[in-house]
Amino acid sequence: MARRVSVQTRIGFTVLAWVIALLLFSPILWTLLTAFKTEAEAIASRPTFFPQNFTLENFGAVQERSDYFKHAINSILVSFGSTILGLIIGIPAAWSMAFAPSKRTKDILMWMLSTKMMPAVGVLIPIYLIFRDLRLLDTVHGLTLIMTLINLPIIIWMLYTYFKEIPVDILEAARMDGAELWNEITHVLVPMAVPGIASTLLLNVILAWNEAFWTITLTSGRAGTLTAFISSFSSPQGLFLAKLSAASLLAIAPILLVGWFSQKQLVRGLTFGAVK
Amino acid sequence: MATKQTRALARTMMAPAVIVLFIWMIVPLVMTLWFSFQNYSLINPMMTGFAGWANYVYVIGDPSFTQSLINTLLLVGGVLLITVIGGTFLALLLDQPIWGQGILRIIVISPFFVMPPVAALIWKNGFMHPGYGMLGHLWKFFGLQPVDWFNQYPLFSVIVIVAWQWLPFATLILLTALQSLSEEQREASEMDGANAVNRFRYIILPHMARAITIVILIQTIFLLGIFAEIRVTTGGGPGYASTNIAFLVFRTGILSNDIGAGSAGGVVAVIIANVVAIFLMRAVGKNLDA
Repeated sequence: MARRVSVQTRIGFTVLAWVIALLLFSPILWTLLTAFKTEAEAIASRPTFFPQNFTLENFGAVQERSDYFKHAINSILVSFGSTILGLIIGIPAAWSMAFAPSKRTKDILMWMLSTKMMPAVGVLIPIYLIFRDLRLLDTVHGLTLIMTLINLPIIIWMLYTYFKEIPVDILEAARMDGAELWNEITHVLVPMAVPGIASTLLLNVILAWNEAFWTITLTSGRAGTLTAFISSFSSPQGLFLAKLSAASLLAIAPILLVGWFSQKQLVRGLTFGAVK
Repeated sequence: MATKQTRALARTMMAPAVIVLFIWMIVPLVMTLWFSFQNYSLINPMMTGFAGWANYVYVIGDPSFTQSLINTLLLVGGVLLITVIGGTFLALLLDQPIWGQGILRIIVISPFFVMPPVAALIWKNGFMHPGYGMLGHLWKFFGLQPVDWFNQYPLFSVIVIVAWQWLPFATLILLTALQSLSEEQREASEMDGANAVNRFRYIILPHMARAITIVILIQTIFLLGIFAEIRVTTGGGPGYASTNIAFLVFRTGILSNDIGAGSAGGVVAVIIANVVAIFLMRAVGKNLDA
């Protein structure tokens, strides 16, 4: 780990890295600061860095105008609902592919991955019409269904790469001891698989939370998630920069915390296990 | 190893996933194909029947299509260029012995967790707005005329926003790959007197090739479908200046209610994605076999 470099070099690299990192972070930081300013201060011709008149009224105004809590609840329902549904379908599939592979397992995995390559716009119109006819447009369960389907390949791939690492010997030892299949799953496999399942859950909640194609095209008022909530701020009305910042902060804060917490597992999940 | 019974069970456990994904892939795609050959408008119910190639001629023949296609390629190419080069540079920097590496990692990855419409709106209003955006203030500070980014350089502005979102992804993956390079290899090359440029070219870059390939592949899948960033900033305009294929299909099918033409655009989008995927797999696929 410790490579020998002079203190000057180390200081130089540290300063450069921090400057670049803070520049990349500045849009988020600026949003955070602006959210606590008054509208007049936010668009003042001489910008201030820290809020001069610290205020929380933007958050109240945002809740009043667009009902943040309703959208946040929809986001939670859709992202967790779709992830859990995906895990219910995905865990048995990944389990059987990892522990009872056949000649076609690799092909099936590649095929599942290839469904991710299909652009969403290619199927937007039929899905829109089916949803209209089945009265699923602007419903939480309809959106959850779509979100499950688009993330299922990622869920299966992630679980597969984690399950692959569980030593088969242990399962065979359990089988020798005469463990029933159900016992094999609940007592041997599950405890070893929980960390992998947890990372899969976190990553997919993040992906579903931030998904912004289907959430915007298939919902409007009732089932709108936070991506739809924030999109409603795209046409400004009067003084609004501080309120927009408050709304943005409210929309990203929960998932930013989850993301920071799970960034170690992120690489593996996003590369389908190809980079660890 | 697996008994017949296990195998039968394995198939049963796999069935739900395979079946739902198969339906999800086939049914809408067949419907899109079907609609693309129909006269079908939600505004004009009198328009029905087989359309032949008319929808395709209408969509592809329109100048907006060529422009959207070019925009799509510029958007994907531009973002890939910025994120791969910038990501490699940042990963190399973060891999140096620096103070606060853990916190830096968290700060750098943050933009990736910002949902696309928020990213687009904070750039549009907080940064790129000529009146009160940060860049406007900066330009004025240097005595320059603030730039109206989304009117003057609409596509470039969208590229900047999308690159900001994906740079952390590239950085994180390349950094992870870099950190798996063994210390012995580095030290050996340093002992042998290889200078920094040669070390990068002959040791580090070959080691990162696979990770770079993966970054390009995964980002391309997502970048072909960029939608929300365009929807909330320029709305595809001015004119069609920042419309990509994804947004064009949305504009034709959903906003203009022309199901037939929108579907034809959707089919074209699927074909483009497949062509790009095959091309990419061929061009960079050999790195993936290892």
